Formats: sequence, C-alpha cells, structure tokens
Amino acid sequence: MARKLLLEHINVPGINTFDVYRQKGGYRAVEKALKMTPDEVVEEVKKSGLRGRGGAGFPTGMKWSFLAKPEGVPRYLVCNADESEPGTFKDRYLMTYIPHALIEGMIVSSFALGAKTSYIYVRGEMMPQIRILERAIAEAKNAGFLGKNILGSGYDLELYVQPGGGAYICGEETALLESLEGKRGNPRIKPPFPAIAGLYGCPTVVNNVESIAATVPIINDGGEEYAKIGIGRSTGTKLISASGNLVRPGVYEIELGLPVEEFIYSDEYCGGIANGKRLKATVAGGSSVPVLPANLTLKLANGDPRLMSYESLSEGGFATGTMMGSGGFIAFDEDQCIVRNTWNFSRFYHHESCGQCSPCREGTGWMEKVLHRLEYGHGKMSDIDLLVDVSRKIEGNTICPLGDAAAWPVASAIRHFRDEFEWHVKEPVKCLDTNYGLANYANPIAKAEVTTEN
Amino acid sequence: MLRVEEQQPVDFSSALLAKFDEIVKRYPEGKQKSALLPILHEVQAEQGWLSTSAMNRVADYLDIQDIEVYEVASFYTMYFLKPQGKYMLEVCRTGPCCLVGAEKLMNHIEQKLGVKEGEVTPDGLFSWRGVECLAACGYGPVLQIGPEYTFYENLNEQKVDDLIEDLRKK
Amino acid sequence: MSDKVKVTIDGITVEVDPGTTILNAARQIGGDIVPPAMCYYSKLEGSGGKCRTCIVKVSKGSEKDPRPMPKLVASCRTTVMDGMEVQNITSPEVLEARSGVVEMLLINHPLDCPVCDQAGECDLQNLGYEHGLQKTRYEFERRTFERIDIGDKIQLHMNRCILCYRCVFTADQITNKRVHGILNRGDHSEISTYIQTAVDNDFSGNVIDVCPVGALTDKTFRFKNRVWFTKPIDAHRDCPTCSGKVTLWYKGEDVLRVTARKDVYGEVEEFICNTCRFDKKKTADWVIEHPTHISDTSVISSNHYETMKPLPVIQDNPKLQLANKIELEKTTKF
Repeated sequence: MARKLLLEHINVPGINTFDVYRQKGGYRAVEKALKMTPDEVVEEVKKSGLRGRGGAGFPTGMKWSFLAKPEGVPRYLVCNADESEPGTFKDRYLMTYIPHALIEGMIVSSFALGAKTSYIYVRGEMMPQIRILERAIAEAKNAGFLGKNILGSGYDLELYVQPGGGAYICGEETALLESLEGKRGNPRIKPPFPAIAGLYGCPTVVNNVESIAATVPIINDGGEEYAKIGIGRSTGTKLISASGNLVRPGVYEIELGLPVEEFIYSDEYCGGIANGKRLKATVAGGSSVPVLPANLTLKLANGDPRLMSYESLSEGGFATGTMMGSGGFIAFDEDQCIVRNTWNFSRFYHHESCGQCSPCREGTGWMEKVLHRLEYGHGKMSDIDLLVDVSRKIEGNTICPLGDAAAWPVASAIRHFRDEFEWHVKEPVKCLDTNYGLANYANPIAKAEVTTEN
Repeated sequence: MLRVEEQQPVDFSSALLAKFDEIVKRYPEGKQKSALLPILHEVQAEQGWLSTSAMNRVADYLDIQDIEVYEVASFYTMYFLKPQGKYMLEVCRTGPCCLVGAEKLMNHIEQKLGVKEGEVTPDGLFSWRGVECLAACGYGPVLQIGPEYTFYENLNEQKVDDLIEDLRKK
Repeated sequence: MSDKVKVTIDGITVEVDPGTTILNAARQIGGDIVPPAMCYYSKLEGSGGKCRTCIVKVSKGSEKDPRPMPKLVASCRTTVMDGMEVQNITSPEVLEARSGVVEMLLINHPLDCPVCDQAGECDLQNLGYEHGLQKTRYEFERRTFERIDIGDKIQLHMNRCILCYRCVFTADQITNKRVHGILNRGDHSEISTYIQTAVDNDFSGNVIDVCPVGALTDKTFRFKNRVWFTKPIDAHRDCPTCSGKVTLWYKGEDVLRVTARKDVYGEVEEFICNTCRFDKKKTADWVIEHPTHISDTSVISSNHYETMKPLPVIQDNPKLQLANKIELEKTTKF
C-alpha cells in the first residue's frame, strides 16, 4: 500500500468530529507550528516542494513568500473551495469526511502568513459541506484552536466560511476575491497580483483546499520528509478524483509518480474499465486539460510508461502530452463519442464564461454552436479547421485562464481524434445513433513519431 | 431585459434579519457588501426566490445600490429571479455525469414530471433543470435539491422515481 | 538619474513617467503605433483590459529583466518598465490576434450601420475597417435584445453593445447614483436597469459620449441626420453645473445635437451636463468659438471646411506635387 498522508484515517468512524480527529493525532501541526516562527513554517513548506493542488501547480511555499507585508495592513488567507472543474471532486470528499484536516491546515497556514482573519470560500452548491465546516470550526474554537490567543501563543485567528453563488469562474483566484467582496465574479486584471493587493486591496494568498490540508503532514513530518515522497519536482501525495467509465471511480490518494496504467487497472485504485470494455481516451487533470487517446495516456511518445506526475503528464507538450491540472481523471470507454464530449465541455465553458473579455465571451459560444452542429450531423468539413482557428484566437488572449481552458479541450480533441470529427461530417445520419468506436486510439504508438505541432 | 413588476412589499422574518446581522459580522468594518452572497442564499431559502422587492430590501440593509444586488443575483446561477417549484431538481449535465447516463436521466425526469426544463409542475411542487458540474463526478449521475442542497448520488431511473414519490408525500 | 522610464514601441523610443501604461506611452508618441482601445477610457478609473483590442507584444520586459512576456498583454493595463520593448503594428502575431478579437466583437454585432446614428464616428466601425475580415465566418443567429429607453433622452440598443463597461464606470464615477449595470453573464450579459426605471440625473447623458458604438444614443438626435453631413463647431456657455465647453453639431443653421468635446482618441475632454446636452439647442444659447478639428481620416471631415495640408513627403517632391495637382489646388482654394 502506498503512503497516505491526507486520507490515512479516512475510514476511522467519527473522524469528521473534533474528538476522534484529535485522538488520531490531529491538531499536532498547530501545536508544533505555533512554537515555530511564521517564517520557519513558510520555510518548511518551501522545502516540501508542495505545488498548488488547484490546477496551476505553482509552488505553494514560493507563493507564500511573495506575500507583501506592509506595516499596519491586514493580510488574508483565502481557501479556494470553489471546486467546479468537471472531473474534480476531491475537495468535496476531503471536506465531507475529514473537515478538520482543512481547518487544521487553515490555522497553520494563516499563522505562517500572519493572517488574523481567514475565509474558506466554498461553492454555494456544497451547502452540506458548508454546514460541516461551520460545525468543525465551532468545535475547534471550543477546544481553543481558534479565536483569541490560540493555545496561549498570543496568536488570534477567526475563520469563516463563505458560500459562492454558482459560478465556475470563481475558482479563478481574483474572481473568487471579487465574489468574496460581494461582487460579480469577474476576474481582475493582473498585475497587481493578490499577494500585493487582494481581498479588500490587502495582501492575500489564495490556496486550494488540498494544498492547505497538505501543510499538516508537512509540518508534522517536516518539509524534507514530505519531499522524499513522489518523483522529481512532483513531491508528496496527490488526491486524484477518478470518474467516467471505471470499475471503481472515486477519490484516491496516490504518491506522485505512480504509473498511469497502474492507476487505471490495478485493484488498489480504479480497477480497470467498467463493464469489460476497453479504454478509448482520458482527460487526466480536469476538463480543461488536453484529452489524450488511450495509447498516449499510458505511454509517452517514446514508449516509456507515463506516470502520474506534473512532469510526466505534460511530457511531449500539447502535441503528445496533457497536464496534471487539478487531478480530475476522467476515463472514456470505447463506446463514448469524443465529438459529443467535446461539445459537452464546450457548452460548459460557454455557460461559465463571465463575459467580461471579448474573445472568451464570444468565442466560447461560437465553438459550442459549431460543435453542436457537428455532433448533430449538420457539420461541414471546414468546421473542423474553423474550430481550431477559433480556439487559437481565444487561447492566450483573455484576462484569465478560462479562455485557455475552453480552447485546449477543443484543440486537443481535434488534434488526436480528427478522423472521428471527419466521420461525423461524412456520416451525418449514422453518427446520430452509432459511435465511432475505439478505432486505432489504443494501438501502440509507432516508435519514432514525428510531430509538427508544439 | 427590462421588466416591470408589481412591487409587492416583502416580509422578512425576524430570524432571517437576525441571520443578516450575524453574517455581516464576519467582515471588516465597511466591507458589509461581502455579505451579499450569503444573505441572498438566506433570503432565497426563506422566500423560495428573489423578488425585486426582496433584493431592494437587501440593498437597503447593506447600504448599497439596488443595481449592485441585481448585478450579482443575475450573475450567479443559484439565485432564482422568478418563482420555482417547491423542489427544484438540479441534475448535473456535464461530461463525466453524461458518460454514466445523466442525459437519459434528464429525459426521464422530463417525462416523469411532464414539464420542460425550467418549468413548474401544475401543483407547484417540482421544477427541474440541468446544471453544470456539481463536483461529484465519481458518483454520477447526481442531482441536488435546494435550499439545503441535499445531494443524491449514483442515480438511476428507479431511484429518481422513488425520490419524487417521497417528496410528493412530504 | 532621471525619474523617467524609457520604453520603445515599434522601434520608437519615448521617455515617460513611471506607472504610465504602454497604451498611454504609445499615445505620447502618437500616430499609427497607438493601439486601438474600445473599453479603456483614460478619464474613467478602472476601465480597460476587457475588449482585448489593444493587445501588444512585449518582446523585452525591462532592462533589468529582459525576458519577453509569455503572452500578448493588454497595453491599456500594463505599465511600462525601464528599457521595455514593445511591438504593436510591427508584430504579425499582434495583428493576427487583434483581427481575431475584432472578429469576436463583430460576430454578434448587427451590421446595421446604415441605420445606426453612431455610423461615421463609431470606434468599432473604424476597427472593423482596419482589422476586420471581408467575410464573416459566423453562421448562426446573432444575439438580439429589445430596444429600450432609459429615460426620455437616451436609447439603449443592446444588440450593438460590446460590453466595454464604460457607461457603468461613468455612472459610478460621475453621477451620484447608478441605476444601470451589467446583468447576467457570459454572452447573455447585458446592460440593463433590471426593472423599468429612468436613468435620471444631471450627468447621465455622458454615457452616450463614452459609448464606443451605437448602443447608447441621443434620442434628441435620433435619425435627424448622418454625422458626416453635420458640421461640428466648438462653443461654450456659462453653465452652473458643468464646464459648458461643448461641440455643437450644425446642419445649416440648426444645432442638431450637442456633445462634449472629444480628443483625437474619441475621449471627451470634459464631461458635460444634461442641460447643455439636451436643452440648449439654439445658437443664441452659446458663444461660438471655431470649427472643431476633425482628423482628415474621418468621414466627418469630408465637409472640407478645414484646410488640407499636403503631406511633408509631397511638399518636397516636384513629381508628387504634379501628381497631386488637383488636391493641392483645393488647398489654395480654401
């Protein structure tokens, strides 16, 4: 069995309560951290090599060290629990079953950053999780881990849960801050970055739920110990949300560096493809990352096995690779239609675009309409290149990464599954009730594949 | 779209107003606008939807312009700007749930309730709509029902039928 | 050491104050290298960054950190660094991306210029002329809204709106109460008052001037004339509410409309009040100054009331003088 840091005690009955969590060694990290200086805590997190678990993979310790510390200005830590990326549900799992891991991490991280008030911004749809967190906060406060003068250290911290209102875009950190200020979730134009001017114009750090929870084992065992787990610059463990046509979908904690093949097929994890079918494609890191055919999912272009790590998943760039993203692993079996799924994702981004900047506002709707036409048998051959072109015009030209996130799934689906798109044009009637099937997407890759795209 | 609406006076319960006071305390002095999203959730939980008069009262309470409330309420998908059925079944319609049959389930709900997406059943009990990813992809198909957003996982047609029957009996 | 920072845009170096944006540095240089701006408005705090037409390439970040910026940036919201090098019209990448933005802005914009009061002074029209495709690739129905009156003097034609947010900033910053805003999201976003209500305060008319397209138009001028048939004259009056400095748009002896004075980038010099704008339409109300300067490239200058100046290149080349004989005779005629 692989090491579990976050979910070690997940099956202990009552672990969602303060008492049981405490019995299992919970809140030791708070006790330890409060005896250190804030800078020492930051240093441990830096040493751990922890990378942001929300999607971008930016080193958490480095993000913390950018926080401006002007005299007399409050600083804020905001936890991003607006988990909305299709394919990702690890934060919901963590908050539901082991909420104190997040609360403990919030206390440690807030202390490290010198925040006296911190917010957990949870997407509004997770009202049950909001109630769970509110109860957990009350329990922790009752036990003296929150409020004034925590454990006699002189450190004060108030922690609040803020509900969102239903908007994927609020997972973007500046949109989240706008939303927390009671405004529309329009991402801000950067610079200034939140580390300089964030919530209420004050220096702010926004971190994902899992990143914050990961600070607990980092403080308990030390950053160096944490960095020993994993592979290369992908240190530690990561929660992977597995969904789609798998025997056992769910949330798994893996040591980074696990071979993708083992993750999909071994009985410790997903247990293979459901209903005895074969794997056609995967989206490895949440809907925004490029979709890969089965062969490139399991192996790199050079034939080496692909691993679940930031580096290995992105090996080959966009030509033959994808991204770790938020760890939302979606598996498609041989009966799934890539065109339909691409249209579905495209509808998602169209629906979730905030509408602030023109390429995303207009482009996402345009792509959805063209994909809808292709899926329903009214497409034209030229639509395929049109989609590629529109996606290129969105990518990189928007205020926030939603534009890229909308463009990549479309561009990658056409890159790898072009023949399936063409088939939809050539067989407009047949495509309505038959699927293209597995085709050659699981065939071993020819060794010296030459790619022209980057 | 511009609407002319009968401005019916709206009553907020004292419990609701007490919640407002409690929520506003979470934010620094002068930053009470931050309370807007949580307060709108509370209002909707009590009233079932957000009428113009209700939003205007919230604006008064928070000392902001009315339009600031309309802007926010219309941006986020969870706020209803017109009355809905007592139970709003919100089914996830995004990729991973569709891989395991969400589309079929929505067709089933449409037939079962006999109303189209966004409409209310004649008895005023039910509405349904497809919503984007609810972050429960491993347990799809899923649906949720406000105002507490109770969650139903690994659904099939039978489970949905049972759920609807249970709600009817409530 | 000087306090100024040096920035090079399309090969032209200029020294500007620290904190200046690339766009404003380019405006200090002037000419063709100034990026177009549809949403940025120097008089409105917080505006800009949204339309993406002013994107440029930063090929050198600064003297200290010469790395280029990884993406194209919105020049209106990116501040210059000392030693920065920027490419605008010298970068094919920028021009391609910009034409992509223009295409996006146009896919839902009605092509109703023949019946639009803004035609002839429309930023989107100019932008489409310079960067647009000849043919649309968009084959779906355009987004449509009902036309509505916000107050008795202003009409909102939402179909034409490009969601620049300028009018929202205007209402926020120069009026005491904002009753209109952006409703809904994504491509359903719209400017609206939500419930039927009049936008009514002394400065509300300024939303007409800041609108880059024909979404907010002056009802007192509606369908009265095409702007290029009217003659702009600068005038002023002693106004208790605003500066009273305006442009009067004449057709014959009649003042058809009153607007604020606009600079070369189409921005008002000073905001004016509704009394000046809507209620003072007699020559007797005003002290006339002089004809308004209108750029030679504007269709409005086809009235030829201002002297045409031959380009320097023509002035010292006899062959070109000969070739432009007719044009040059006009110069002397006027």
